[in-house]
Amino acid sequence: MMGHWIIAPVVLPALVAGVMVVAMRGDLILQRVTSVAAILALNAIAVALLWAATVNGPEAYFLGDWPAPFGIVLVLDRLSALMLVLLSGLALAVVLYAIGSGWDGKGAHFHALLQFLLMGIAGAFLTGDAFNLFVFFEVLLIASYGLMVHGGGGARTRAGIQYVAFNLVGSSLFLFALALVYGVTGTLNMADLAAKLPDLPAGDVALLRVAVVMLIAVFAIKGALVPLQFWLPGTYANAPGVVAAMFAVMTKVGAYATLRFGTLVFPPDLLATGDLVASLILPAALVTLALGAVGTLGATTLPRLAAFAGISSMGTAFLAVAAFTPETTAVALYYILHSTLATALLFLVADLVSRRRSQALMDAASPPIADAGLIGALFLASAVAMAGLPPLSGFIGKLLVLDTFRDQAALVWPVVLVASFLMLVGFARAGSRLFWSPTASQSEPAPPEPEPLAFCAAFGLLATLIALTLLAGPVTDWLSATSAQLYVGQDYIAANRLGQEE
Amino acid sequence: MEALVASLIGVLTAVGIYLMLRRRSFPLILGLTFLSYAVNLFLFASGRLTVNAAPIIGTADSYADPLPQALVLTAIVISFGMTAVLMIMAIGGHLEAGHDRLTLDHPDEDAPQDQPDDQKWDQP
Repeated sequence: MMGHWIIAPVVLPALVAGVMVVAMRGDLILQRVTSVAAILALNAIAVALLWAATVNGPEAYFLGDWPAPFGIVLVLDRLSALMLVLLSGLALAVVLYAIGSGWDGKGAHFHALLQFLLMGIAGAFLTGDAFNLFVFFEVLLIASYGLMVHGGGGARTRAGIQYVAFNLVGSSLFLFALALVYGVTGTLNMADLAAKLPDLPAGDVALLRVAVVMLIAVFAIKGALVPLQFWLPGTYANAPGVVAAMFAVMTKVGAYATLRFGTLVFPPDLLATGDLVASLILPAALVTLALGAVGTLGATTLPRLAAFAGISSMGTAFLAVAAFTPETTAVALYYILHSTLATALLFLVADLVSRRRSQALMDAASPPIADAGLIGALFLASAVAMAGLPPLSGFIGKLLVLDTFRDQAALVWPVVLVASFLMLVGFARAGSRLFWSPTASQSEPAPPEPEPLAFCAAFGLLATLIALTLLAGPVTDWLSATSAQLYVGQDYIAANRLGQEE
Repeated sequence: MEALVASLIGVLTAVGIYLMLRRRSFPLILGLTFLSYAVNLFLFASGRLTVNAAPIIGTADSYADPLPQALVLTAIVISFGMTAVLMIMAIGGHLEAGHDRLTLDHPDEDAPQDQPDDQKWDQP
């Protein structure tokens, strides 16, 4: 039993961020040390929670000891623990890269905002209350607004306004949906909803279905599903590279919320909603997958290419999510792990390249970049992972996705395979432009500052991808048990101890 | 009363969406504000409309649902903070770009044409 440790992933970053803003203003070295230490501690806590969730099953934490459904609960189960480990591991790579590349010194409060972002995302993964999920969405969004415009610049600020506006509309939609859900059920605790919805009066079914569509729209905005993906390319391409890498886990919050609501609150066997969630997501995921792949062909800069590749991989992840069976959800979780790490790696590589080139456009002639061999190898690895070529985990992930859609092979297989091919062409074109094309001038590039820590972070992500590939067997076994737990809602509901006074 | 509240929410939402589609930052902020007013009223109404009832069980025959009131309070605070952030960013964007259009077609569309190429991109 983990007791109070369940709330530690929310409280620790919040405290650290607050102390940083108040007491460490202007002292970058101290901020860096504190930030790395806090993220290491977060990693340790997340791993411990993962172990506890594996051994014990779902466990609830009652804030202020108010009984559910009247108080707010955090619920730790295998899925939320897994997402916490993914989040904290990615945060470690991102913070090391930010320090190594000097990004964190280009504006005030980078580390504090990063900690607030971690607090919001960890809270969104842990919470067992739908309104609390909205609050944590806002926490992570407001931190991401600050990070998005970190370093300043006209294009970045205006891309930031679009990002904020899009997400504010999403937040309003979320509130409309929550109000509808509360109006028909009288509760917003997820476990209580799951217990009450099967007995929903027939007259309220239409209202509930409207609420479900709005909720899915909100999660689709977060997860950048077509037709709600417009904010992503401009935001990710204009955000600092290191921030875009951290944002790779933010789209997964949308996928996580869809999974949580689609399995616990609106499971496929719920009469009121039926396969509504799946029927909305499946076509959107296919179009997202295709559109992202076409986008990689048309992208003019490397960060945009990375953004479109990220959209495409979200399409693949949502495709596996949309099937909503225990087997396919395990595949979706594997692909979410892979996609987060690979997208983050690609954004870090894009940042390494962009900071060494005088030209943003890939087609523009530019002197060869420094460290071209090392960066080229990283680019190749990330391209192989994103496009789904062997030997990296993208291949295993896509193979598993194809395998789960055997019965719809005529529709799904061509889209996935052609999209992978298009991404391959896009990456090959970008790579040969950036690393092989004839140089504009023969002058040697100025040797940049050595960045051992930045390369360590990028290679660390690559090593994690390789580990995910080599350990694919044990990992998928664990994920299968995780997804089986998702489809047996009783444990999650029982952990909330509904209607039992202390 | 139900019809009045429902149409009020509808009008506020419509005004908000119309203003948001104006593609300029000031109407956008106004539109988002209208939308948040609409959603706050909608949240409030989700606890059913009651007149002259205290949010306490047991003191009278009818009572007002207190939970939506707490939710609305949270939503108001959050939307207020978000609007402030958006306002600051809109002012920053306006000062840097010299206009408040929200279109973003190309990363270097704003760069003056007479500058050397390497300054067009926001090189960190």
